[in-house]
Amino acid sequence: MLDFTSLTLTDVTRNFGRRRALHRVSLRAAAGEIIALLGPNGAGKSTLLSIVATLLVPTSGTVRYGDHDAAHAGAPLRARLGLLGHDLYIYPELSPAENLRFFAKVYGLDGVERRISAALEHAGLSHRRDDPVSGFSRGMRQRLALERALLHAPRLVLLDEPFTGLDDTATHALRQRLAMLRETGSIVLVTTHDVETIEGVIDRAVMLHNGALAELPAGTGSLRDRYRAVIARGAESSAR
Amino acid sequence: MNFVRTVWLVTRKDLLIEARSKEILFTTLFFAISCVLVFAFGFVREGRALEDAAAAILWIAIAFSGTLALGRAFERERQSETLRALMIAPMPRPALYLGKLLGVVLLLAAVEVVIVPLVSLMFEAPLFEHGWLTLGLLATGTIGFAAVGTLFAAMLVRARSRDVLLPVLLYPITIPVIIAGVRGTAALLQADVDVSMARLWLSMLVFFDAVFVTLALWTFEPVMTE
Repeated sequence: MLDFTSLTLTDVTRNFGRRRALHRVSLRAAAGEIIALLGPNGAGKSTLLSIVATLLVPTSGTVRYGDHDAAHAGAPLRARLGLLGHDLYIYPELSPAENLRFFAKVYGLDGVERRISAALEHAGLSHRRDDPVSGFSRGMRQRLALERALLHAPRLVLLDEPFTGLDDTATHALRQRLAMLRETGSIVLVTTHDVETIEGVIDRAVMLHNGALAELPAGTGSLRDRYRAVIARGAESSAR
Repeated sequence: MNFVRTVWLVTRKDLLIEARSKEILFTTLFFAISCVLVFAFGFVREGRALEDAAAAILWIAIAFSGTLALGRAFERERQSETLRALMIAPMPRPALYLGKLLGVVLLLAAVEVVIVPLVSLMFEAPLFEHGWLTLGLLATGTIGFAAVGTLFAAMLVRARSRDVLLPVLLYPITIPVIIAGVRGTAALLQADVDVSMARLWLSMLVFFDAVFVTLALWTFEPVMTE
C-alpha cells in the first residue's frame, strides 16, 4: 500500500483565467501535524485544499506526498486522502449506513459493517442509521460527512470548515477527534473561521491572503488577535 | 479494486437513489408519453399514420426524455458535490463513467418498456413482429445516445447554463445514432419489411457505440480533472 509521511507544496500557483487564486504557495507538513489554514473569504483556502486533494491541477509548482506526486501515483495515492468539503459529499436520499457502506466498498475496505458501526458511534448517529439523511440537521450531516471522510483511515486529512453547524458537544468531540488523528500520525490541514475553537488543537497556523501564504507569527496574544493583526497589516499595505 | 464491481457499485447506488425518489423515472416517463400522444394527434388521420412517423416519434421521445434523464442524473451529484467525493476515491475513473452510463441506460430502458407499446398502439406500428431486431436497435441506439450524453453531462456539471448547453452539444453529435435508429426501425415497420436494411442499420449502431464508448472512456478522466 502506498504511504507517505510528509506533504510538500513548492511554489504552487493556480490561475482561473486571468484571476490568480494562489500565488507561489509553499508549505511543508509532517505526519502527526495539524495545520490550520486561515484567511478571509476568497483567499484561496478551498482552492488550495482542492489542489492537495488532487481535484485541481496547479498552473505551476509541485505538490509531493512523500516521494510521490499526484500525476503518477493516481488511485493508490487517492486512497490515502480524506476530504471533508463544505458541501459534505453525502447522498441525502440514502441513510447514514447506506452512505458509509457505498463509500467503504468504493474504497475496497474490509470489515465494512464493523467500520460503519464504529463510524456511526463516533458521529452519535447509531440510533438514526437507517433514516434518510435528507431529514437530518446540518450538524448531524456534518458529523456523518466527517466520518465518511475518515472511514478509510487516511494519512492526509483535509477538512474544509469542519466546525460548521456543530453544537458544543459535537465541537468538543471533533477537537478530540483531531487530537486522535495527530496521535495516529495523520497529516491534517484544516480551514476554518472558528479561530477560537481550534486554538489549542492545532500545531501551527498559516494564513492565505490574496492567494499568498504567510506563516502566522508566534506571539503572546491569542490566535484571533494575531490573525486580526496580520489582516490589518495586509489592509494597510493594500491601502498604500 | 475490481473494475466491474466498481461499475456496479455506482450503478446500484444510482438505482437505489432513484428507487427512493422516483424523480427521474416519473419525469422522463411523463415527458415521453406526452411527446408520443401529442405527435399521435398530429400524425394519425382516420386510424392511419404518416409513413415512417412511428419510427421517428419513437426515437424523438427517447432522445428528448434521455436528455432530461442525463441532466438530472448529474444534477444529483452536483447538489451535495458528491461528484468530488467520487473523483477523489481510488476507483478507476472510467469505472465511474460506465457506472453512470449503465444507470442512465437502465432508466431509459424502463421508459422504453412503456413507450414502445404505446407507439405500437397509437400508430398501429408492428414493433413486436421482429422483436429481437427492434430490441437490438433500441438497445444499441440507447447506449450510443447515452454514451455521448453521459460524458457531456459530466463535463457540463459545473457550467452555469448546463441545461441549455447539454442538448445543444448532444444532438449534433448523436445525429448519426438517431438517424440509424429511425431508419432501422422504419425498415421494420414499412409495408414491405426490409430485414437486411434493418440489420445494416443495427451494425452501424454497434459501430457508433464502439466509437462513442471508447472515446468517452478515453476522455473522461482528462475532462473531469480541472
